[in-house]
Amino acid sequence: MIDIQERLRQIGPLDGAPDDDLLVCRCEEITKGEIRRAIHQGMFTIEELRRYLRCGMGLCQGQTCGRLVRNIVAAELGVSPTEITSATARAPMRPIEMAVLADDGGAAHG
Amino acid sequence: MEHPILGKTPAQKKVVFTYNDRTLEGYEGEPIAAALKANGVMVHRYTSKKHSPRGIFCAIGRCTDCVMIVDGKPNIRTCITPLQSGMRVQTQYGVSPVKEVL
Amino acid sequence: MKTERYDMIVIGAGPAGLSAAIEAARQGVRPIVFDENARPGGQLFKQIHKFFGSKEHRAKVRGLKIGEELLAEAEEYGVEVVLDAAVIGLYPEKEITVKIDDTVRHYKGDTILVATGAAENMVHFKGWTLPGVIGAGAAQTMMNLHHIQPGKRIFMLGSGNVGLVVGFQLLQAGCEVVGLADAAPRVGGYGVHAAKIARCGVPFYLSHTVIEAVGTEYVTGVTIGQVGPDMRVIPGTEKYFDADTICLAVGLSPMSQLLKQAGCAMEDTKGGPVPLCAAAGKTSIPGIYAAGDVSGIEEASSAMIKGRMSGAAIAAYLGYTDEKVQEERIFELGQQLGTLRQGMFSPENRGKLITKTDEGIGVSMHLLEHGSVADDEIARYPGVTRQAGIHPVIECTQNIPCNPCQDACPKGCIRIGERITSLPAVDAAKECVGCGMCVASCSGQAIFLIQEDVDPGVGEVTIPYEFLPLPRAGDTGTALGRDGRPVCTAKVAKVRSSPAFDHTNLLTLKVPNDMLMKVRFYQTQKGGMGL
Repeated sequence: MIDIQERLRQIGPLDGAPDDDLLVCRCEEITKGEIRRAIHQGMFTIEELRRYLRCGMGLCQGQTCGRLVRNIVAAELGVSPTEITSATARAPMRPIEMAVLADDGGAAHG
Repeated sequence: MEHPILGKTPAQKKVVFTYNDRTLEGYEGEPIAAALKANGVMVHRYTSKKHSPRGIFCAIGRCTDCVMIVDGKPNIRTCITPLQSGMRVQTQYGVSPVKEVL
Repeated sequence: MKTERYDMIVIGAGPAGLSAAIEAARQGVRPIVFDENARPGGQLFKQIHKFFGSKEHRAKVRGLKIGEELLAEAEEYGVEVVLDAAVIGLYPEKEITVKIDDTVRHYKGDTILVATGAAENMVHFKGWTLPGVIGAGAAQTMMNLHHIQPGKRIFMLGSGNVGLVVGFQLLQAGCEVVGLADAAPRVGGYGVHAAKIARCGVPFYLSHTVIEAVGTEYVTGVTIGQVGPDMRVIPGTEKYFDADTICLAVGLSPMSQLLKQAGCAMEDTKGGPVPLCAAAGKTSIPGIYAAGDVSGIEEASSAMIKGRMSGAAIAAYLGYTDEKVQEERIFELGQQLGTLRQGMFSPENRGKLITKTDEGIGVSMHLLEHGSVADDEIARYPGVTRQAGIHPVIECTQNIPCNPCQDACPKGCIRIGERITSLPAVDAAKECVGCGMCVASCSGQAIFLIQEDVDPGVGEVTIPYEFLPLPRAGDTGTALGRDGRPVCTAKVAKVRSSPAFDHTNLLTLKVPNDMLMKVRFYQTQKGGMGL
């Protein structure tokens, strides 16, 4: 278990960056600044960020911004992107209407 | 239009559809987005939070940037939805066809 | 709830998935292939250029033709392909859920092959969400599948093979490519692909990145800037271009989420999670396989072989072939794959600066930094000779796995030899008859025919030409150099087209003798590229 307070002290205070207003997640319209702020509030994993900000949870399911978010987290924590675990993969992999999802087991193809 | 490798565009049936209050022509079965592009339409929707314009981005149905209201139904991915005669295509504001709702 | 069972379920009807299904079906397996798209073939039908490799890799055949052949073969062997079917879940029990129409259906396979391919990477910059900023795949989809131009004036970001190939295709579709940038200091893709667009006059900006997509409702321009070694823009280096489209070609990442969800052992790479695979794409879960770009980004030719290997392994796993037959087949396919993975662009050389060819010849730095070989660099390559009569000049300057030119010459003038990656050499002792088969066969459009003194002081240069309208014999225009700059006036002496050339026309230009080694493209008099 990592000590979040200790880690936050290590990464230092959040300072404003000129590109903080840059949009990262196109679907949910989350900016780089919002992601950086969340990281400095102690959310170090993609999963936490997804739940908190909804970045990567929109219609495209993080197809577009997944790597970008990962790189931002890595840069903020001062580690290599490969040290940041990618988002958990879970069904449905593609956006699907609730009504369709509810119609499970419709007569199989044929 | 003739292409140096693909040759002549295969003959397709011309159809009429509406885009907001305009009547446009396109080819039956081509993606709605292709018909709009051929008519010079760039903006498909405005986002709900920042109200910023969006258009075609991935063109293969993944990014969902190109969604519009088609025949009254919002969030239709126009880049992979075939154009049919008489379709009603509207700019999407957030998830609504009306700007004021924002 | 009803679950249908199959011997083999394939996810993705692209080159890898279809190849696997065909290979297995040939052994008696009944595969079913699901694809979320409305058409099968993956990206093959957007790839209108001639492929590299050797005969066994269907080199010099265009991607779309290979796609047609693959579909015909799938039909011949009774491969069932279900389209508009998005697989939304994959479970370790080898069960999948698929969205078809408005229902979710369940299928269980004795084996499952994941061949979901790759997704495009993106970069973000100010204004990147504006309409007019598109992926390179989107550009290809629009122009090569739907026959519409993605834009009129396009700026390309990315100098890998995707950026270079799509850049050329944009020119073929009649668009103007106002520039090509890459944050890397050197061109990332094949030099021959870069040379094709450089000679059309597309300027290269290496060590440059897009700063801003300019526009309020949609893109009206683009600002780029030079980056330093720290990848930050150097103030004062900004350049602005009028453009209606910015095309992003900044790499691909495996679409491996389904494998991850199933619990296959994964390796986290810079490009995202990649399944850890044993031979023939076996994942850590018995019966689940991965092939094609999802198991590592390569060319479509490699994806097809990887698919065939998995198909052969699956047929054996299911008991349709014995181990020995399978081993022999996989060995044979492995050899083919190995061939494609040789040379300067092999997976282990990715990102490395190679300064000498296998032959010990210096790599053209002008090519790497500007997209074209400089006039004073070209003579050092073995395909470039000076002879009295007509002869080929082969401007193939990097070790890439490709050899159709050697087979194309009926007179044996061109020699590559045993190693497919060797630079082609011209044998001056053999007599060239000027048939032009080598010019048309070169997937990199790097072969030209040259003849001095056709008339006193005036010679002829024959160039590959894949644009419309086709110039006519007798036309006069501007001859362009390797860097796309005008070098002299040229008269079109003849234009040759033939089914054997497969849409690569041969344009023979009359220019002064001393221009023969400089002229590499032709522009009609009115400007533009005759597009």
